[in-house]
Amino acid sequence: MSEPAPHSTAPHPYPGKLIIVEGIDGSGKSTQLLLLHKWLESRGHKVFFTEWNSSELVKDTTKRGKKNKSLTPTTFSLLHATDFASRLYHEITPPLKAGMLVLADRYMYTAFARDVVRGVSPEWVRKLYSFAIKPDMAFYFRVPIEVAISRLLGGTRGQFKYYEAGMDMNLNQDVTESFRIFQSRILSQYDKIVDEYQLITMDATKDIAQQQDAMRRLVDEALKDYKPRRGTHGRRSLFWRRFDLPKSE
Amino acid sequence: MGDAHYFGDGLTYLNPSDLKGKLIAIEGTDGVGRSTHIELLQEWLEVQGYGVITTGWTRSNLMSKTIEMAKEGNILDRWSFSLLYATDFADRLEHQIIPALRSGFVVLADRYIYTAFARDFVRSGDRKWIRDVFGFALVPDLVCYLRIDVETLVLRVIETKAMNFWESGMDLRLGGDLYDSFKKYQSLLIEEFDKMTDEFKFEVIDARKSLEEIQDELRSKIQGLLTTEELPKIPIQVASETT
Repeated sequence: MSEPAPHSTAPHPYPGKLIIVEGIDGSGKSTQLLLLHKWLESRGHKVFFTEWNSSELVKDTTKRGKKNKSLTPTTFSLLHATDFASRLYHEITPPLKAGMLVLADRYMYTAFARDVVRGVSPEWVRKLYSFAIKPDMAFYFRVPIEVAISRLLGGTRGQFKYYEAGMDMNLNQDVTESFRIFQSRILSQYDKIVDEYQLITMDATKDIAQQQDAMRRLVDEALKDYKPRRGTHGRRSLFWRRFDLPKSE
Repeated sequence: MGDAHYFGDGLTYLNPSDLKGKLIAIEGTDGVGRSTHIELLQEWLEVQGYGVITTGWTRSNLMSKTIEMAKEGNILDRWSFSLLYATDFADRLEHQIIPALRSGFVVLADRYIYTAFARDFVRSGDRKWIRDVFGFALVPDLVCYLRIDVETLVLRVIETKAMNFWESGMDLRLGGDLYDSFKKYQSLLIEEFDKMTDEFKFEVIDARKSLEEIQDELRSKIQGLLTTEELPKIPIQVASETT
């Protein structure tokens, strides 16, 4: 493996906390993150949520490239890295600096798993993301492929999407079969990544409430030393009260 | 290309060994006259019967619109900035450059990865990351670097077209106005191009000379490259058009 890049392996210096979730489609990671989000807010935390491939800058381009099927493994990987860079700069770093909690649905490990299965060099894609901030907590929702398939086919989505099923790789004419092969390969990449980056593995076959309980316990423990930032409003009124002066402005 | 190879971690799914054509990059800073010379070179090569394609920075189908949009917003961070160009380059490499080289074409590239290296270095002071990012690029058969000093460049750019925001590196706030910023930014770019000359074996051409002299120098360097190996020539079918 390539030598680890300095940025993405050292803890970040910001007062906020970055919590991310990983897993294949149908692992239930987004559901778990949503529940965690609501719970954290109910406890009075300021929370910012960000999602893979969602930046204004490249979302349309990715969509266009997917539509006319002109994306190659390398342009696919680079577009997602561009999206990530843009969100890191505009969405992730500012709230971390402000002392907020940032929740990310998918992080660079998605690229390490998926792009490598598509055929880019594992060393290259890790170097590409060397500017990333290391998350404070990284959850991996581990699920067997058949469970993921039955969840996705049984749910509201009904049908697999072209790239999600890896149809660009000509693995199989049948979408479900292609999904099975493609996502199984991604699963085995994730298994390596879990060791390489010490992701917290969650048993995603358990029911939703059980998983959420486990997740909350771990987050609670990790936030023990976290001092949430109070709004400036409260602090200012306290300041003025000390001098017993009217707030004139 | 005979011994075609990637710059770093290459495209694992594309073996470059069967690329027969020649990849020639024309480098140099903004306003130095690259495109004019490429046009002349293309005509000169086509008349000799070579198949020629040109490929230009930011001109990929996938990215050209996106890059324009991003530039209008003026809100790019260093990484997005460089990654957008890398995506554009990758799209052109896989859809234009490699197919053309495979068919034995001469590919004239208006700017190459060295432009990205210079721009990223000026913005970050770091040389490693950007070289890692472009690891999938093919090493060109020839890189001609059109070298100019900033004083001459300033006059030439003011004469021919106005200075623009990005060519002046205004995102870096290097100077109080467009003129000061242009000079500062372009000096830094030229300095970095100069430093790369040995590292990447640029053929340096003095871009202060006359257009004819520069074109002659470019042709003699390219001619040397083409005589060593036989490229397939395309029979000229355009005789009726040229009358």
